[in-house]
Amino acid sequence: MKFSTPLILSTLTLAVGSAFAADAPVIGLITKTETNPFFVKMKEGAKAEAEKAGAKLMSAAGKIDGDTAGQITALENMASAGAKTIMITSAGDAIIPTVKKIQAKGVQVIALDSPFEGADALFATDNYKAGVLIGQYAKAAMAGKPVKIAMLDLFPGHPVGAQRHNGFMAGFGLKANDAKSNELSTAPEIVCANDTNGDRAKGQTAMENCLQKDPGINVVYTINEPAAAGAYNALKKAGKEKGVLILSVDGGCQGIKDTEAGIITATSQQYPLKMASMGVAAGVEYAKTGKKATGYVDTGVTLIAKNAIAGVDSKDTKVGLDLCWGKK
Amino acid sequence: MNLSKSTIPWGALGPWIALAITCLFFTSQSSRFLSGENLSLVLQQVMVVGVIAIGQSLIILTAGIDLSCGMVMALGGVVMTKFAVDYGMNPYLAIVCGLLVTSCAGLLNGLLVTRVKLPPFIVTLGTLNIAFAITQIYSEAQTITNLPPAMTFLGNTFNIGSTEVSLGTVTMLVLYGLAWFVLRETAPGRHLYAVGNNPEAARLIGISVDKVLVVVYALAGLFYGIAALLSVARTGVGDPNAGTTENLDAITAVVLGGTSLFGGRGIILGSLVGAVIVGVFRNGLTLMGVASVYQTLITGVLVILAVAADQMSRKGAR
Repeated sequence: MKFSTPLILSTLTLAVGSAFAADAPVIGLITKTETNPFFVKMKEGAKAEAEKAGAKLMSAAGKIDGDTAGQITALENMASAGAKTIMITSAGDAIIPTVKKIQAKGVQVIALDSPFEGADALFATDNYKAGVLIGQYAKAAMAGKPVKIAMLDLFPGHPVGAQRHNGFMAGFGLKANDAKSNELSTAPEIVCANDTNGDRAKGQTAMENCLQKDPGINVVYTINEPAAAGAYNALKKAGKEKGVLILSVDGGCQGIKDTEAGIITATSQQYPLKMASMGVAAGVEYAKTGKKATGYVDTGVTLIAKNAIAGVDSKDTKVGLDLCWGKK
Repeated sequence: MNLSKSTIPWGALGPWIALAITCLFFTSQSSRFLSGENLSLVLQQVMVVGVIAIGQSLIILTAGIDLSCGMVMALGGVVMTKFAVDYGMNPYLAIVCGLLVTSCAGLLNGLLVTRVKLPPFIVTLGTLNIAFAITQIYSEAQTITNLPPAMTFLGNTFNIGSTEVSLGTVTMLVLYGLAWFVLRETAPGRHLYAVGNNPEAARLIGISVDKVLVVVYALAGLFYGIAALLSVARTGVGDPNAGTTENLDAITAVVLGGTSLFGGRGIILGSLVGAVIVGVFRNGLTLMGVASVYQTLITGVLVILAVAADQMSRKGAR
């Protein structure tokens, strides 16, 4: 093969040129998956924010929820590509050793949404509080009537799932583990608990089976809004959709629309855009001044309900739709 | 050749016995288990995996495997719902388009297996990823809602006595009956077994092995499309994240049903039993208040037992 000298020269010039142009800070974003609208929105927000701040955003994701191997590869690749700050929604603690390794090379690693040990800073929803808010709402709405609760959970051992579950119970006034526990607490009022993986069809199946176990269920906690929509489907098919409370967490646009339609009674809304923009700002700050972000910053959670209840602070679905993530 | 051993293999009775024992156990544990309402529910819960398992069974009978089935189903579901909702297409036509897409995906698998001579495992591993990515890109990872009623009619129910039966369940049972008849009573069905048993011998007696394989893969794709329609009817939406566990669930059902992964042996009704066993465990353990993760544990143990039974019956038959 023969290369002409001008071609080689121009290629070299291009390479050098791009190397010099790279003084814009490079910031990485690694999400759990590319497909969950929550992460899609997070990526959009990070990209817009990076453009505004004159930074360059690289992004990557695991293939499925829990794909720590994919995230580790992405961490290594981004660090070697010159990212000085990497934001990551951890798929699991298996990423920690790699995070430590690249931190030792001067890379700032910020946890978004999901906490893990050793992150320089955490920008996330307080999932326990998100659970507490819907628990308090359910408690007030039931107004002392006897309750039979179904818990439609994520999968065993996931901190976000445990925090929402336990927070909900605490908000309802039941005995529950604290925010640090990864154990799902139980109580006599909970007549059924089942895993859904946050999936609509599995939420429906879980609720159908729970109704078989106890047709008198009148409060349904769900890990997220797709699971809630599935649960509603099951209730509707059984002719029991009236008078059953469905509580959820997320605040995606579809979920807020479902709240408006009366499918979901109340939901705790979280803010992925805010997490992403705070992460980008911290990345730019680190590139300019060398000062790393630290500690936990609560990105906020708001209770959204169609019908407000006295004594519980909530916003209506119009506010929820203004602030929702996903396709409006 | 010892006929009594090879025509009544262990694998054929095993699944029925396993199902009977499981049902007896749950009946003793929960008074609600053996109600018509509950059993109808279990059938509704397994109908999607059950119909995918028909396609999967056909392929496994030819000694192949299809890892792409769940993702092809998700693609079909997104295509039919998006065509109907976003483009305002006649819902029946939209369903046909969805079925066409999944059949073409199956056809592609079949052509790659026969023309390019790639192993089915590798081909379908590739198409699994392709179908998943296309589904996500095309749907922008958004759930498709507000479906016309014609799209969800298979979710409707009618009553037998006091028990509600869904049209989807009936569809599944009819498809199994059809597949069973074709495999047992017709020449193409016999050819399929012959190809799975020994492709060389099948070729020598004049069966066009490649043609059988291509038709089987394309037909399997059609079954995934029907499963997509059932899934849409059951959940009421087009869900781009559907099908993530269905590929392995369908293989599990086929294996539990006693169909040999080495091809040529198995009864299609076994796959229905296999799917029902998994559904019965999920339902029964919930009624007992046992955590879902034990359902996964038990399914794993059953799969190993089923394959072990197949291996032992093979050794016995030799």
